[in-house]
Amino acid sequence: MTKNLRIKTSKFIDETYKISFKFNGKTYFGYKGDTLASALLANDIHLVGRSFKYHRPRGIMTAGSEEPNAIVQLHNNTSRTEPNVRVTEIEIYDGLEASSQNCWPSVNFDMGGINNFLSPVLPAGFYYKTFMWPASFWEKYEYFIRKSAGLGKSPMEPDPDIYEHRYVHCDLLIIGAGISGIIAAKTAAKNGYKTLLVEEKSYLGGSTIYQNSEHFKINNQISSSWLEKEINEIKKIKNLEIKTRTSVAAFHGYNFLLARENLTDHLPLEQRNKKTRQRLLKIRAKKVITATGSLERPLIFDNNDRPGILLSSAIHKYANLFGVACGEKNILFTNNDSAYETAISLYQKGINIEAIIDNREEIDSKLIKEIEKNNIKIFKGYTIVDTSGYKRINKVSIMQLSKDGQKVVGSKTTLNCDCLGISGGWTPAVHLFTQSGGKLKFRDEDQVFIPNIYPSDQISIGSCNGEFTLDEILSVVPTTLKKFLNIKETDYENLEVQSSFNKSKRNIWLLPSDKVIGKTKSFVDYQNDATAKDIKLALREGFRSIEHVKRYTTTGMGTDQGKLGNMHALGIISETAGSKMGELGTTTFRPPYTPLTFGTIVGRNVGEYFDIFRKTPIHDWHVENKAEFENVGQWKRPWYYPQNGENMHDAVQRESKAARDSAGILDASTLGKIDIQGTDASEFLNRVYTNAWSKLAIGKCRYGLMLNEDGMVYDDGVTTRLGENHYIMTTTTGGAATVLGKLEDYLQTEWPELDVYLTSVTDHYATVSICGPNSKKIVSQIIPDLDFSDESFPHMSFKNSKIGKIKCRVMRISFTGEHSYEINVQANYGKSVWERCMEIGKEFNITPYGTETMHLLRAEKGFIIVGQDTDATMTPIDLQMDWIVSKKKYDFIGKRSLYRSDTIREDRKQLVGLITENPNEVLEEGAQIVADINKSPIEMLGHVTSSYYSPNLKKSIALGVVRGGKNMMGQKLIIPMKDKQINVTVADPVFLDKENKRLNA
Amino acid sequence: MFIINCPYCGEREQSEFKAGGEAHIVRPKQPTELSDDQWAEYLFMRKNIKGIQFERWVHSHGCRKWFNVVRDTSNDVIKAVYKMGEKPPTKK
Repeated sequence: MTKNLRIKTSKFIDETYKISFKFNGKTYFGYKGDTLASALLANDIHLVGRSFKYHRPRGIMTAGSEEPNAIVQLHNNTSRTEPNVRVTEIEIYDGLEASSQNCWPSVNFDMGGINNFLSPVLPAGFYYKTFMWPASFWEKYEYFIRKSAGLGKSPMEPDPDIYEHRYVHCDLLIIGAGISGIIAAKTAAKNGYKTLLVEEKSYLGGSTIYQNSEHFKINNQISSSWLEKEINEIKKIKNLEIKTRTSVAAFHGYNFLLARENLTDHLPLEQRNKKTRQRLLKIRAKKVITATGSLERPLIFDNNDRPGILLSSAIHKYANLFGVACGEKNILFTNNDSAYETAISLYQKGINIEAIIDNREEIDSKLIKEIEKNNIKIFKGYTIVDTSGYKRINKVSIMQLSKDGQKVVGSKTTLNCDCLGISGGWTPAVHLFTQSGGKLKFRDEDQVFIPNIYPSDQISIGSCNGEFTLDEILSVVPTTLKKFLNIKETDYENLEVQSSFNKSKRNIWLLPSDKVIGKTKSFVDYQNDATAKDIKLALREGFRSIEHVKRYTTTGMGTDQGKLGNMHALGIISETAGSKMGELGTTTFRPPYTPLTFGTIVGRNVGEYFDIFRKTPIHDWHVENKAEFENVGQWKRPWYYPQNGENMHDAVQRESKAARDSAGILDASTLGKIDIQGTDASEFLNRVYTNAWSKLAIGKCRYGLMLNEDGMVYDDGVTTRLGENHYIMTTTTGGAATVLGKLEDYLQTEWPELDVYLTSVTDHYATVSICGPNSKKIVSQIIPDLDFSDESFPHMSFKNSKIGKIKCRVMRISFTGEHSYEINVQANYGKSVWERCMEIGKEFNITPYGTETMHLLRAEKGFIIVGQDTDATMTPIDLQMDWIVSKKKYDFIGKRSLYRSDTIREDRKQLVGLITENPNEVLEEGAQIVADINKSPIEMLGHVTSSYYSPNLKKSIALGVVRGGKNMMGQKLIIPMKDKQINVTVADPVFLDKENKRLNA
Repeated sequence: MFIINCPYCGEREQSEFKAGGEAHIVRPKQPTELSDDQWAEYLFMRKNIKGIQFERWVHSHGCRKWFNVVRDTSNDVIKAVYKMGEKPPTKK
């Protein structure tokens, strides 16, 4: 039943290499060189998919990346399946399987087709208007709307393919290898430019390479033969790199471009194993030449979307390049000379042309004469008013246009056909140029936008610059190149060019019909089913900006981004609203030019390479001892160490108890460490911390709080004075890099007169923290030479020492409230020192604990964690830490902000402790705190910031921020939860050992 | 992504740098003498110009040095780059 429409005259198709593929479950054959589109057309298949909104049958419309209709689901394999693949771009390979999208149960019989009959009640904005009321019903509507939204199916499993990124640098990037790009590449490379030429298709030469008409000649050779020789020449040039199947996705400022190089999608499946599928090229080019060509425009008339309706240039390409006839009874409909090139090509191949319908009344050119000579009927001054054929066009109805082109006159004639080629002239592909920041101008004579102002060192040449004809290209491009590349001569001077193309065109954006517009379906955006009627409706409803009309009607918002119809949308708006095209502007062209796979965007940054993570020198021990890890900034920190199948709660309770009863050990290597040296180091610390530092003796440690200039707490940590002009500062784990950055900023920009040098030494030291009543016994065995008596080594002091031959810094500081030591050693000794502590600590049941226990222990003491108990709205006063804010110092970062009218308010949120009525009830962190539950709306006073069950106090404890909390001690508040209320009492945030006796225990 | 000519390292990709807001806002020497309004002016008020803007940048993934940049915010063209403490170029 299927016909073979292969005409077997193309040298681009290898007929000795037969390829079988499946479409909608059925097996078909094509040849090497075919795209899925050309192979389907050769099998007489036009119907490929259903449209988005009305589920109208749709066919292949173009032969390139601008295809709006013929998009399919590729592969049935769940991990590799890919939606919205344009059949016009995918090259067939053995094993290809594709199926239609947006249809159920099949593309031939689609239940959604009912929407087509409902279309009178589905105008633009239908969903916005209908599902607004009552507002509370949206959740119910959404469920059904979501089910019908979206095109295709996404893969449900991880992508098994390999993708990569590569940086490319070149003197000159040329985008597009049509005739203009080839000329530019040869000229530039021969003149010493290191040149990269990229082309989205698999072959070079653009549309000229299959232009084999006697009417287009260069130096007396048919243009395709002339170009073929040029291509053979450029392939030999050393400093020219050519990449095919490479599509530029984005053109950013400063000539930075992204391109997708497709490496394996055209190969048989078994040849793809372990090869990189796609590569994202990050190109930095000194100069860029855009030679992206132009896209043929469709014509907008009633029912212009049926399968079998293609762009005239696509029919031309299928015939010449792929050797495929799109139909046996062809009609062409045009407003310019392009369709006659197609007609001549078809005629010469013996493909039947029923008629040509031309909007223009008085026309005359060599091409037209040749057609008329061959007795092909031309209807001059006519337009198509309707078409018929549900799943394939079978008839067109034509009428004569009035003189002004606004109406149709006379009687209707009906012509039979199985294929209709349409040509509305050409639109320069200026997408990339505008992405780069380029400004367009409108050329009235042929109604096109062309590049006007270039934002970087770049130029557009050929038909993307509005040079459409062969003679124009060959006279303008060489001149442009000489100036742009700063060279004296090209190989393309004094060429003899024969180009029969007549540039006359009768541009009518929306062709008139014998019906009222409300009864027509003249598609402007095929993929999203936006019609001329919808655009007019949007204008009637008051939309004026092109950006608003676009969003209301969804014109240009499909995966094809309206490459075909956007100009018509603009034209219709301009005509209806009476504004000028040039003033109306275009919608913004955004990257990517054609869709990219997520795989290409992420490249190799998947799985464990998704993000950088940092490990401490002791990490392997934690892994061996089955720690669960927590991400803190980029660090992997032990969270807790479950034993014998413990859950997190039990492990944390055990660890917390052990740390207070005997000894705990923590890997504190992740804390930020900044080495500060210089004669002004003390003065510097005075300025960056809220408390005073000048009098800190050598060998002593001090806790410091750092504010932002707005007075809000930024970071905290202990800083130790190692020498007269030498300090080591610790920061929070997450804040290390930003603190260093901030300090550098002040040093370099505000206080360059200070003699201070900052060095990050976070990675240079491993830090082992041992706490608990038995900590002293353990460290004194590890470092027997050191005097650990309270007199010699009191709390908040530091000693240099040695463990065997290993130098170490020992600080007696505490974040748990226990008697505690931190041993710092050169990072690569970290693990062995840790292991030694474990060994010696065995008799004291030394217990490794993770971040969760650390948080619990410090909460028992009411110590804050910056970033958990604070956000960027807490001052030290809000934290009830007035003691750390120096009254004497003239200035420090953030001081002035502490008495702004806002920061001195009494009713700011302040940090307090919270005790639950039921001691076993543990609050949820983030839970809201209120006073009066009967008030409506309920006033929120604050929220819970830290909450734990304390095994040492045998009750639930929590910290929270409460408005005016400082003056609410003892007051009862309520924490409303989904299914209950929890009663709490405001308390002192220090729950354990208020007298700090344990520090010296 | 633009290219910035670090005065210490030369031309590098924008991704090596961090922007630090408007340049030439000097921290008051005597903050305690200022009224709330004056302090707020220093603390919060920044220009957001379409056109020539003087900005601070730091080569955070390079030499870590701060410097000033004159940038046209409408097209990202960098007109001048100069070190901290140097006089800003006068308008051309």
